[in-house]
Amino acid sequence: MLEIGLSHYLTVAAILFALGIFGIFLNRKNVIIILMSVELMLLAVNINLVAFSAHLHDLVGQIFAMFVLTVAAAEAAIGLAILVVYFRNRGSIAVEDINMMKG
Amino acid sequence: MIVQGLAFYLFAFITVAAGLMVISVRNPVHSVLFLILAFFNSAGLFILLGAEFLAMILIVVYVGAVAVLFMFVVMMLDISFVELRQGFLQYLPIGALVGLVMLVELLVVVGGWTLTPETTKGGTAPTPAPDLVSNTHALGELLYTHYIYLFQAAGLILLVAMIGAIVLTHRRREGVRRQRIGDQVNRPARETVTVRDVETGKGI
Repeated sequence: MLEIGLSHYLTVAAILFALGIFGIFLNRKNVIIILMSVELMLLAVNINLVAFSAHLHDLVGQIFAMFVLTVAAAEAAIGLAILVVYFRNRGSIAVEDINMMKG
Repeated sequence: MIVQGLAFYLFAFITVAAGLMVISVRNPVHSVLFLILAFFNSAGLFILLGAEFLAMILIVVYVGAVAVLFMFVVMMLDISFVELRQGFLQYLPIGALVGLVMLVELLVVVGGWTLTPETTKGGTAPTPAPDLVSNTHALGELLYTHYIYLFQAAGLILLVAMIGAIVLTHRRREGVRRQRIGDQVNRPARETVTVRDVETGKGI
């Protein structure tokens, strides 16, 4: 029970990933919480990468996790900037109001 | 060994609980705070896995930059978050269903995998023994040699993100007195200086 192996970490990451998906469905109207859920999912991916890196004694997994972190930071910055501009123009951040492009 | 196991369960439990709170609390500010808690505890998990450098980077980048950015935006936007939560329970069944299906699928994968013997031998970049070379040192030696182009590309991505965020949110406001350096430099001397012949004893 107290012997921690790879599958323990993978289980934690799986639960976090499922929580991220659950959060996107649950907060369908609030873009900020959706962005936070995406961050949670990326964190789960990072835990997976680092767990495999430690288990296989291969450092490349950690390098890759670092790049995932970089892209996640860039994504958060751009996403929040778009959110601020959208709020300035429309006065709301509800997801169903975002229909100007008729997509 | 026991301490390690207990630490793992502590960090894992708090991470998952904080993740659950992120998506379910009413106030987005609390949501960001729980996100920070989740990041801190997953940094603990990284340390247990021997990835100290990534754990510190996680705290610096995620807690220090991303979460604070979220906090700024949540506090800056003047939104009634109560309205945004309407329909919360309406989406609960379908969300729970999809989340549960995803979780079960992932757990089936976790429970059923095996590794071929070749993969466990250390791959392309075997981790050096931690008492000889520290994790940061080993990562740096790999990152600045084999992955230098990807490293540069990551820097470019961050630059593009920075410029993009500035261009998106920058706006020119009316009625602000600002210095126009071009006009100042281009101003000819004859417009600024007038030579007057002042009579003695009278002044201007």
